[in-house]
Amino acid sequence: MPPESPPVAAPAPDASDPSQPHQPGLFELFLAFAKMSLAGFGGVLVWARRSIVEQHRWMTAEEFNETFALCHFLPGPNIVNLSVVFGARFRGIAGGLAAFAGLVGPPMVIATALAALYARYGDVDVLRRTLAGVACAAVGLLFAVVFKMMMPLLKRRDVTGLVILAAVFVAIGLIRWPLQIVLLVAIPLSLAITILTRRMVKP
Amino acid sequence: MSSESNPIAALLWTFGLMSLFAVGGANSAIPEMHRAAVDVHHWLTDKQFADVFAISQLSPGPNVLIVTLIGYSVAGVAGALAATIAMCGPTALLAYYVSRFLDRSRDARWPALIQAALVPLSIGLMAASGLIVAQTSDQSWIAVLITIGAAALAFATRINPLWMLLAGGLLGFAGVV
Repeated sequence: MPPESPPVAAPAPDASDPSQPHQPGLFELFLAFAKMSLAGFGGVLVWARRSIVEQHRWMTAEEFNETFALCHFLPGPNIVNLSVVFGARFRGIAGGLAAFAGLVGPPMVIATALAALYARYGDVDVLRRTLAGVACAAVGLLFAVVFKMMMPLLKRRDVTGLVILAAVFVAIGLIRWPLQIVLLVAIPLSLAITILTRRMVKP
Repeated sequence: MSSESNPIAALLWTFGLMSLFAVGGANSAIPEMHRAAVDVHHWLTDKQFADVFAISQLSPGPNVLIVTLIGYSVAGVAGALAATIAMCGPTALLAYYVSRFLDRSRDARWPALIQAALVPLSIGLMAASGLIVAQTSDQSWIAVLITIGAAALAFATRINPLWMLLAGGLLGFAGVV
């Protein structure tokens, strides 16, 4: 890596946030992401938010929303993107790699072991019944995260944001319009509305 | 060296390319993975794909690990590594550069605007995929109750969510769901 980017200084310029408590080290990043990953049955987002926002307080709820939203709309696996972006924000490229290795490494070993077991003992009926039960609970956890992520919007009575949120939910979840088309319309629309409302609030 | 004769190269190419178009996360790329692994390359049968999907849901970690399992069944441990790196590497690099760019231009107003505009879309999308998954997983009223119970507990209390997953798994094991 060229010496031009002092990684630790990256988050500093935003002086409005003096309460940044503690900068995680490389090993700490690896460990935190390994933990949330190994706990993450049926999706890591639940655990990522719990660990980053609630336990370590490395980010506020709003910062987490914005970082996750960015990773959500870039191509590729969201949580993997999030791990790299999050790690790099604190410790540069090495931090991104540490978080990525923690997130993907340990569960990869487990998944490969499971695959090897499955190759030998192919009958997974009991496994599948159990999995069905896990899946029901996992969906519930996902909904809980959705509600938690909505809280900042509800708190500042962001009506336009909530309307956009509901519209996307209806278009994709209920009407089942294709993702690409919905995003093609929704992203510019949301951007335009956001710009307009900000302009009205502080001219 | 044609990609068909070298399975590692085929894995790298297939998943590396796929990742760049996988907007909305690994789960929204599942149909495309099925097409590539079953229809195009004949790496897996239909049933094997369904089982691989189940195993990937059962094992901890990001949902993207399904490509690890596909890679493993194609070319063993080397295949598992190749598929995972191909699916995660290019987009992680892209995400790194985009976020660094946004951080640097923090004084400019538009990056913050873009991020703020994406938040409600992102939450709406997740609510929608929750609904879609729920429609396949919640086939009985007990299943629906488990989902609602887990959501309420996880939202309102600080109980470790692992307990809820464990309870769901036990109920499934007992054949209640």
